[in-house]
Amino acid sequence: MESVIERITRGHFWKFHGGIHPPEQKQLTNNKPIRQIPIPAELVIPLQQHIGHAGELLVKVGDKVLKGQPLTQHTTAMSVPIHAPTSGTITDIKNAVIAHPSGLSDRCVILAPDGEDTWRERQVCNDVNMLSHDDLISRIASAGIAGMGGAGFPAHIKASSQKKINYLIINAAECEPYITADDLLIRENSPTIIQGIDILAKLLKPTQILIGIEDNKPEAAKVLMQACENRTDIKVCVLPTKYPTGGEKQLIQVLTGQEVPSGVIPVNMGIVMQNVATCFAIAEAVIHDIPLIRRVVTVSGQALEKPQNVWALLGTPVKHLLDCCDFKRSSKPHLIMGGPMMGYSLPTDAVPVVKTTNCILAPSDKEISQENKEVECIRCGQCAEACPAQLLPQELQWSAKAKDHDQLQKLNLFDCIECGACAYVCPSQIPLVHYYRVAKAEIRQKHLLEVKAEHAKARFEARKVRLEKEKLAREEKHRKAAEARRARMNAGTPEGENAKSAVAAALARVKAKKAQSGIADVETSAESAPISPVAAAVARAKAKKLAAKKKAEQALLSTDTPSSEASLEQKAPLNANNATLESKENQASIANVSDKPSDATISKDGDEAISKPTKSAQVAKAVARAKAKKRAKEMQSEKAPENANKSAESKVTDSNATLTETATETEKASKTIREEKVIPNASSANKNNETKVSVSSETPDDTNDTAVTEPSKQDRIKAAIAKAKAKQQSKPKADLVVDDLKASANNDDSKEKRIALAIEKAKAKKQQRTEST
Amino acid sequence: MAFWIASSPHNHTQNETSALMRLVIYAAIPGILAQFYFFGWGNLIHISLAITAALVAEFFVLSLREKNIKNQIFDGSAVLTAILLGVSLPALAPWWISVIGAIFAIVVVKQLYGGLGHNPFNPAMAAYVMLLISFPVQMTSWQPPLELMHMDLNFSNTLSVIFSGFTVEGYSVEQLRFHVDGYTMATPLDTVKTNLTIGLTIAESMNSAVIGEHFGIGWEWINAAFLAGGLFLLAKKAIHWATPVGFLSSLFICSLIAFVISPDSNASTMFHWFNGACMLGAFFILTDPVSGATSTKGRLIVAALAGVLVYIIRKFGGYPDAVAFSVLLCNMAAPLIDQYTRPRTYGHQLEQK
Repeated sequence: MESVIERITRGHFWKFHGGIHPPEQKQLTNNKPIRQIPIPAELVIPLQQHIGHAGELLVKVGDKVLKGQPLTQHTTAMSVPIHAPTSGTITDIKNAVIAHPSGLSDRCVILAPDGEDTWRERQVCNDVNMLSHDDLISRIASAGIAGMGGAGFPAHIKASSQKKINYLIINAAECEPYITADDLLIRENSPTIIQGIDILAKLLKPTQILIGIEDNKPEAAKVLMQACENRTDIKVCVLPTKYPTGGEKQLIQVLTGQEVPSGVIPVNMGIVMQNVATCFAIAEAVIHDIPLIRRVVTVSGQALEKPQNVWALLGTPVKHLLDCCDFKRSSKPHLIMGGPMMGYSLPTDAVPVVKTTNCILAPSDKEISQENKEVECIRCGQCAEACPAQLLPQELQWSAKAKDHDQLQKLNLFDCIECGACAYVCPSQIPLVHYYRVAKAEIRQKHLLEVKAEHAKARFEARKVRLEKEKLAREEKHRKAAEARRARMNAGTPEGENAKSAVAAALARVKAKKAQSGIADVETSAESAPISPVAAAVARAKAKKLAAKKKAEQALLSTDTPSSEASLEQKAPLNANNATLESKENQASIANVSDKPSDATISKDGDEAISKPTKSAQVAKAVARAKAKKRAKEMQSEKAPENANKSAESKVTDSNATLTETATETEKASKTIREEKVIPNASSANKNNETKVSVSSETPDDTNDTAVTEPSKQDRIKAAIAKAKAKQQSKPKADLVVDDLKASANNDDSKEKRIALAIEKAKAKKQQRTEST
Repeated sequence: MAFWIASSPHNHTQNETSALMRLVIYAAIPGILAQFYFFGWGNLIHISLAITAALVAEFFVLSLREKNIKNQIFDGSAVLTAILLGVSLPALAPWWISVIGAIFAIVVVKQLYGGLGHNPFNPAMAAYVMLLISFPVQMTSWQPPLELMHMDLNFSNTLSVIFSGFTVEGYSVEQLRFHVDGYTMATPLDTVKTNLTIGLTIAESMNSAVIGEHFGIGWEWINAAFLAGGLFLLAKKAIHWATPVGFLSSLFICSLIAFVISPDSNASTMFHWFNGACMLGAFFILTDPVSGATSTKGRLIVAALAGVLVYIIRKFGGYPDAVAFSVLLCNMAAPLIDQYTRPRTYGHQLEQK
């Protein structure tokens, strides 16, 4: 570290890579003092003029404000307040075009000055040493001071660093062409600047203070040297002129030989840098209680008659500055805020001066060409030689054109400081920086989308996990509940039995509901027809359905080729299904029955004999009741024909009611009857067999044992028929050709035939046996 | 009022690519004049033929590609390519050699790859190699220096030879190449190479008529003139110092090592420097930014590689000179070398510093 100071004392500095020497054009303004200009008719003060957040608004439209009165207050660390640059009335608070490369609009306070320029009450501090560290910081913060070199970083944050500071670097390099604002400020106000530096030194306690100034400002350098003559802690470093020496990273490298690692801020290396104008503003704020309300602005360019540095109130529209310097308007003027290398074109001259505005450039057409003469890159590499960040601008350009964002990041696009040196030297006149800006914006946008997508994905995953967890929890709960129930039921206690029967009852109820919409028996519906026409119609419809179903079943069965073994096997589950269906229906009917308290005793395997008579008896009873009633009615009507209409009507309704009652009863009864009919079908295979066989009506007597066990009756029947036929055919030759048939059976594919043959054989043997016996 | 909007930076050096090309063309003039002085009108005629063919080809392709013809045709790149090709051709080669070469250079090597800035190979050298491989007889019939020729090769004679193959008096190119003593004269590099194969030492070869007092009549001065032009370009910062330095030093080192080991079978360092297309290659061809490397380190490597290749081909290869071949080989390697010689960005990999 000692060597750094020694080196600097010897006047030796480090060099940064690249850099250019554009025409300085400082002579336009550096020979004239800073001019005071009249207060403009209107001030447009953007709420945010720095990096960070806007402060909280303190005034409203119509308020009268005094010079220096805060218009916003700082609420967060990264916000700085703004102040009224002069006394006057707030006429509006609205969005207006602000100083931004994209010509954005932002909230601005519009102030109509009253011309009095009356100050608010000020607390002048005569001895800075009396103020504590925190007092100093709060004075700087409440004065609204943001870095005045260009970036606009809040000054109090840099000044309140708790880190060990080796170097406090004061940036007076002012490397951009045309700009002489700092030059003139130093020349005219060096004592105040030194006071500001002292305040910063008090706060940061740096080992060494270095003031970096380029050698193209000899007068300013001389003034500074004189001001620091008997100071050992401040070194004025007169640096060789090269653009962009004034860049933070470049100036650090030139003065200390250190490189700021990518992504690291200089404070972490023990280096703090402030602009000279910021030092001046700090001194004014702390000592004289003057907030940041004005700054030196270089108004330059060959389109002006009288280019000069001016003291501009913040919020002064650019038009006012140009008018003060006699702007010669052309058909399409070019206004630049900032220098020609890094400044940006203004979309309108209504843009106000802000804390970071150091220059307004109004060049003539000759001075800065408006033509775009871009041609192809020839890879001459001059840009790479000029780049202070040691990037490869030509490769960046290709990748930017190809939108190869990965490659751009690999080439460290984000280390580009947009100084414009590459584009300045490019013989193909490619607007390189423009390509980088677009690419950077695209990458930021893409990154933003990626982050969003990442969040959405995380949300989705979390939801999936949550749903899965909930499902598992639910299943677990159900499982536990079921287990508890089962345990209760199997416990054998009276409650368990109750629970069992309750469950059964519930199941039965559900099934009964299903069964109600089931098929009505034809016979019963026929029986009930005279009782209720509606019921009859329903029954008819049901009967039709049943008939259709039966037909369909038969059709299905008949389509099965008896020769196919597979079809035989397929039949089995079908039948089984039918069986289960039937049994279900049985269950339903039983449940239905058990619903009624009178039939509660009937269980699944309950005695049909008992239930049958009761039902038929019930039906009979109901019919009898209905008939009795009818008769009674007839008799009544016969007996009392003279009876009033009213009573007759009422009786008719009565009788009607009883009629419907009987109808429902009979219906119920018929249902049970039908169900009972079904029960035997399902309960025993043999019975079923018999009924079905009887349906087919062509049952040979000698159905053997195998046929009984076979699930498919229809096929069996067919086989039997075939067999019978075969028997008829073969009977005459039975004794003779059994062996022959055996042989032919081997070749025969038809299973049915084989079965028939087998049976035939059996029969033949039987015959032989009977004959022999 | 409408304001002009532009992206920063707003000012510019006002440098132009065409200006750069013009500067290179001016720097080649001393060499061309030296060539004219020692070898007559041949190369001048070829240069003008090549320029005409190149401009016509450029116009044709640019109109097909619907480009801004006015801007691009006079950006100097086509003319420079044609000049470099014309300079490197044998002075008495038939006219169609330079025409085919120029068309090939512009249409195939330059425009088919996307035009200026996109060609991976140096157009002039690619065309030269194509011609050398396709027309070996015409491309190796080097004319001896005027002072060694037994007849006066004036402008009309040269023109006649180029367009008809015979002088006005009826001499063919082969006859023109005869020495008074009755043998065909070759270039100094060729002479040394052939002599070595027939068992003569370098010292004996140096007595050959074509070599003269130093390293070859005419050739040494042409190279000196190109060297002067190259130094002018360096002073003007039109070319980067790394390329000529890398090329010449690697050629110097290679030839020095060989010369130290066996001076009888290896020509001196200066013989290599001042013969063939050495200086032309070092300052005018390898420095072509489009087909070369971009970083300083990369340029040094590419140029050094070219120097080694030139020496190897001159010494062991089948061709007497090798600038064109080694340039093409280095063009191929340049993108890869670029990939591995990226400079360290400010603030990155500081620990390796």
